[in-house]
Parts: sequence; C-alpha cells; structure tokens
Amino acid sequence: MFKVFWSVLHRDLLLAMRRRTDVLTTLFFFVIVVSLFPLGVGTEHAVLRVLGPGVVWVAALLASMLALERLFAADYEDGTLEQLLLTGQPLVLLTLAKVTAHWLLTGLPLVLIAPLVGMQYHLSDSAVAVMMVSLFLGTPVLSLIGAIGAALTLGLRGGGILLALLILPLYIPVLVYGAGAVEVGAVAFGEARPYLTLLAAFLVAALALAPFASSAALRISIE
Amino acid sequence: MTLPWSRFAAPATFYPLAGRLIPIFWVLAAALILTAFYWGFFETPDQLGGSNAQKGYYRIIFIHVGSAWMSMWLYGMLVLWAAVGLVFKTRLSFMMANAIAPTGAIFTFLALWTGAIWGRPSWGTYWDWDPRLTSELILFFLYVGYIALHSAIDDSRRADRAASLLAIVGLVMVPVIFWSINCPDPNQCAALHQRSGLGKVDGNILFAMLTMTLGFWMYSFATTLMRLRGIILTREAETSWVQDLIRSEGRPA
Amino acid sequence: MLQAAKLECRRGDRLLFSGLDLQIDAGTLLHVRGRNGSGKTTLLRTLCGLFTQDAGEVRWKGESIRTLAEDYRSDLLYLGHLNGIKGDLTGVENLRLAATLDGDRIGVDAVWSALGRIGLTGFEDLPTRMLSQGQKKRVALARLILSRAPLWILDEPFTALDVAAVDLLQGLIADHVAAGGLAVLTTHQEVPLTSGQARHLDLGA
Repeated sequence: MFKVFWSVLHRDLLLAMRRRTDVLTTLFFFVIVVSLFPLGVGTEHAVLRVLGPGVVWVAALLASMLALERLFAADYEDGTLEQLLLTGQPLVLLTLAKVTAHWLLTGLPLVLIAPLVGMQYHLSDSAVAVMMVSLFLGTPVLSLIGAIGAALTLGLRGGGILLALLILPLYIPVLVYGAGAVEVGAVAFGEARPYLTLLAAFLVAALALAPFASSAALRISIE
Repeated sequence: MTLPWSRFAAPATFYPLAGRLIPIFWVLAAALILTAFYWGFFETPDQLGGSNAQKGYYRIIFIHVGSAWMSMWLYGMLVLWAAVGLVFKTRLSFMMANAIAPTGAIFTFLALWTGAIWGRPSWGTYWDWDPRLTSELILFFLYVGYIALHSAIDDSRRADRAASLLAIVGLVMVPVIFWSINCPDPNQCAALHQRSGLGKVDGNILFAMLTMTLGFWMYSFATTLMRLRGIILTREAETSWVQDLIRSEGRPA
Repeated sequence: MLQAAKLECRRGDRLLFSGLDLQIDAGTLLHVRGRNGSGKTTLLRTLCGLFTQDAGEVRWKGESIRTLAEDYRSDLLYLGHLNGIKGDLTGVENLRLAATLDGDRIGVDAVWSALGRIGLTGFEDLPTRMLSQGQKKRVALARLILSRAPLWILDEPFTALDVAAVDLLQGLIADHVAAGGLAVLTTHQEVPLTSGQARHLDLGA
C-alpha cells in the first residue's frame, strides 16, 4: 500500500524535476503578487504591517489555485490518468499521493519563502513564525480542497477560471483563520494557538474527506 | 399506500403532470404574495418598537427575510435532488436540481439587494461585512459556481453528476464557512444582526412575513417546474414521446 | 468469465445501445465492430468500469465489477486511444511504474527485454516524448508482454503500427488467447488465432 503511494508520489516529483520551471512559476507568482501590494497601497510600515497577513494569505490562495489546474490535467491529456483509475489500487490512495506531491511542489516552497515576505512587510519575528506554521497547516488544506475542483473541471474549456469560481469560496475558512493567526501572532506566538489548532483540525478533516470527493470527481470526469 | 414513484420519475409522465400543476402554483403565488403585500402595508404598525425603533422602511423585511430563507432552503432542495440523482441515478432528479438553481440564485440576489437597501437607512451603509450578509454572498457564489460548472460541461451526464458533487461539497463546507465568517476570532463571536426569534415578532408582521414566504415557495414551484419542462424537452428531444408531442401541437420538428 | 447483462449506455442524452448481452469465456477473443459513433469505445470503457452504464450490469467471474472494484481492475489491462505513458519519463521508467501500480514486482531486466522484443532496442532510455507515434504505441503495447492480467481490453490497438509491429501484436494476442486469456478489441484488422475461439459483436447494426 505504502509502496504504491510512494511510487505515484515519486513519479510526480520526478516529472516536476524534469520540468522545473512549473514549480518556480508558482513560487514567483506568489512573490510577485506579494511584492506588488506595497507599490499599490504605499510603503508606510504601519499600513504594511496591517495588510501583510491578509495579503500573504490571499497570494497563497491564488498561487495554490493556479498550480491546481495542472494537477490532473497533464495526466488526463496523455491517458495516464485513466490508467491510474484502472490499477488494482484504491483510487483514494493514488489521489492522496498526487495531492501530496502537489503540495510538496507548490505549498511547501511558500512556507519556506515566508520569512522573506515577512521582511517585506516588516512583520515581527513572532508573526513570521506564526505565518510559517499557519501556511504549513493551511496550504495542504488548500491543495486537498482544490483537488476536488481540479478533478471536476478536468479538460474543460476555460477550466482555470472556472476552477477559481468554484474553489475560492471554499477557501474562506482557511483564509480567515490563517490571516487571523498571523495578525494576533504579531504580539506573541501563544496568542495564535487557538487559530493554529483550528487550522490543524481543518487539515485533519480535509485529509479524511477530500480525497474521497476528489476520487469521485475524477471518476465522473474521466467518462 | 404505495405511490407509483417510478412512474412519475420518468420524464415522459412528469412532463404533462408538471404542465397541469404550474397554473395552480402561479395562482397560489399571486394570491399569497398580494395578500402579504396588503397585510404588510396596511395591517402592520408604522414603527417597530423596542430598543431600536425603526420607521416604516422596516417593511422591506417582508421581502428580505422571505428571500433569505428561500435562498437557503432552495440550496438544501438542490443538494437533496442532486444527492438523490447520484444515489439512484435518476435523470429527472438531476434535471430538478438544475431547474432549482436559477430560482435560488435569484432569491439570494434579492436578499442581498433588499439587505443593502435596508442597511442604508438603519446601519448607514449599503454594505457591511456583517456575517449574515457575507454568508449570503458566499451562498450566491455557490449557486453561481453550480450553474457555471453545469453549463461549462457539454456532456449533460457528466455536467449533472459533476455539478451535483460540487453542490454536495458546497453543503458540507457551508457550516464551516458560515462559522468562520461569524467567528473570525475563535475566542468570541459577534454580529451586526440582532439576535432574532420569531416569538418576539408582532403577530401582524409575522403573518405578512410568513404569507410572503409561502407565496415565494409557490413562485419557486412554478418557475422550477416551468424550467424543468424546458430542460426535459431539450434533453429528451430525440425520444418518441417528445416527437409525438411536437407533432400533436402542430409545430415543425 | 466476463459477462454483460442488459447493458444500456448513453452519451449525453443520445442512446448508444440498450439490452446488450454478452458472455466471454476463457480463451476467447471478442471482436467488436461497428461504424464510427456506434459506441465501440463506450462499450469497452463500460466493460472496464470507466464509464457507468445507464442500466444493466457487467460481471466478472459472476460478480458485479462494481462490487469487485480493485479486485477486478487488477485482473484487467486496458489500452485506449491514449497511450497512457508519460512523455517526460523513459520507456523503462514508464513500464516499471505501470507494473508497480498493477501490483507486479518486475525487475529491470524483464522491462529491457520486453522493450527489446517490441522492437525498441536502443530507445529504452530516451524520454518517450522523443519517440515517434508508432514507437510510443509500442511502449504502451510492451505492457502486454509484462502484464499477467487475464483480461485484455484493447481499443484500436493496431493504429499507428507498421507491418512488423502488427504481426507482433497479432502474435501476442493469439498467444494470450491460446493461454486461456480473454481479449476484447475493436479493430479493422483480423487476428489469426492459433487456438481458442474468436467471436464478433456488431454494434449499431
């Protein structure tokens, strides 16, 4: 069972390493969006400190969503997706492996680059720490929920924009508590604990439920 | 008593039945809504008492509350039919869900619109990020998402099933979304809307409000069935009974 | 072994076929024929479980494939219009991955020799996107050599193949059927069998 999970995960990571630009595009998209805001709203430190948490989280939402479009699309186009659906393995496991690979390639880099963004917005050290933890807990939820949308919009014309329409409303809870955590975390790390606990709860719930919904969506879309 | 469910689940038998029901629902809707308007304008107090006295403009409540209720109930109905369709593989259920969506979206929009008009005099702003307003906005997005996904997929079978799955996922997420909007701080929850209980409402106001809502229900039945008939005709266009129908009504196929 | 009872399938709102019954036993080749749009591919995908029929049931060894789920799928090898191989992976990587997902433990040597047998000597280690159409198809067909699945469902397996590859594939299918396997395929090519029986199904007649 774990071997199958690992081989799909390994496959997706290997494929990404052979096309590195796709990974970097998402990361740079995130950095650019975050960097544009100060140019729009002014560079006053106090303003940036207030806006920072929200901006980072909205940018993370958009970056994760943009990358989602390709989650199943490439496999759909070359027929490997229907082969995955026909293996003697539980589809939920395969979906979970693909989502994990997706998160490692698009979510984790955002977590790692967060301190840089924190510097741009003059966030306090504790706020940066909270931001990293909240992104670490929140971005997998985005990938898991987003995968449902990606599976539903598979192969459709204008799938990307449609995906945004379907998925962004569902991202609201993560956005609210993710940004909220960073906001209260500016004072002390401990303040953010209830928020982070909630995000962790979302992650557990999403891990338990979302792969089933994505698998069902894949079966519908592959017909 | 066992009803012949399977017989009515067939589009061919449901189509004429719906045709007979539609006028009834229209008449009921018109009667109830007109009664509610009359009652709401002439039989209710001009002022809302209590700690926050509102002038006559509170009367928008008769449309606002009714449409807000409808928007939520109709989403529930939509998901119900979608789930029935996915479980029992009945095509009519999917068509039903599909027919409900636009009416639901319209009521959601109406609730937002009337809310904005009401908000201006009472809160001093058209829009505030009040939890209930925001939740209604999110509900509107969910309706739009359902309709957009359904119309983006050419294959009607896939469209039915994909949009239904989305509606169900939406319903699962709705409590979490609403709760997160209501309590952005996990330690405390706050809202602009006052806590409301139907028991505290003046009898005449309640009567007008409930009559209006019932009228909205009838209106929803009527429009949904009309839309459903349209959907049935398009989707069953190749079947013999639709061909017969077209011939008997003397229109060129 | 493979049974379909009162199968009804629609594409969108168009009825493709209904009341379709079929029964295929070990050592049988089923040749599905019909004009374009008669539902050949849909039938094959329904037999795989990729497409959900509107009525009827597909059974494998007497049990519904819906209940069997993964147990059925591990007995099945399906090759469709799309090759189902990754352009950025080499032939060897593609085949090893497919074998792992099928639950087979297959050594690198077996994969190399399979690719050699299918006529891809010298191309084993190239990303498959650099190969020609016919060569990509051969990579996909090499799975037939490696797989132990008793049921093969092949959708137009002969397209894009040259004469030598057609011969080879005919041989592979004949061997599979002779060894007691089942094969369902759509094609305009006759497959000469060495043993076992061939049956025909005409759709949209």
